[in-house]
Amino acid sequence: MDVKIERKDSELLVSLAGELDQHAARGVMLHFRELEAQVIPERCTLDLSALRFTDSSGIAVLLGLHRRVSDIGGSLRVVGTPQQAMKVFDAAGLRRVMKFE
Amino acid sequence: MKAVNEMNLTFPSRSINEGFARSAAAAFAAQLDPTLDELGDIKTAISEAVTNCIVHAYPDVIGSIKLRCRIYPDGRFEATISDRGVGIPDVEKAREPMFSTGGPERSGMGFTIMESFTDKLTVRSRPGRGTTVRFAKRIAVRAER
Repeated sequence: MDVKIERKDSELLVSLAGELDQHAARGVMLHFRELEAQVIPERCTLDLSALRFTDSSGIAVLLGLHRRVSDIGGSLRVVGTPQQAMKVFDAAGLRRVMKFE
Repeated sequence: MKAVNEMNLTFPSRSINEGFARSAAAAFAAQLDPTLDELGDIKTAISEAVTNCIVHAYPDVIGSIKLRCRIYPDGRFEATISDRGVGIPDVEKAREPMFSTGGPERSGMGFTIMESFTDKLTVRSRPGRGTTVRFAKRIAVRAER
């Protein structure tokens, strides 16, 4: 699983590539925890277009990022979600919690 | 009904094997010529079941996980995932959405996902003896190409 975090002006772009499961999620969560030491911009975009697979571990990862961004009054939008991942997120009702584009 | 093909795998409960188990099951299920969507459902359900063994059945030890996959003449794919770990004291409770004993890194949605992605799911567990999860997935027969 590749995690890329780019900062552009006041926006944060997080990209996940590869397969996200419990094995990979621990590493992703560590990346997010490192972010906490810095200031998270108010606008955060999560790009999932290169996510080949996710199971319910992805639900916890998305909710974790959403919570971190929300805690500072920011907004998270998720882009490029592949069909398999969307099916997993829909089973958990994530569309009611965050914005998918 | 007699299975037309079967495969059995035994592997240790290391998290790296989550990816191995779902890929192996998907490669076997490919014999039924599933759609990408159906294959995604199988991979997801296998991933959830194997993750449960790794996180919950063997929390502090490396134990053994068995994965058996079968395909039937009517186009049914069946997987059985079993462990000899701690077991689930209350299966009904474990199957409830958002119920988790796994901490903030887990969503508590594993069984819910398995149920909604498969056609039939049974869970048998005995505390101290282990858990067996079995699910079936019907693969639609497509016209010959």
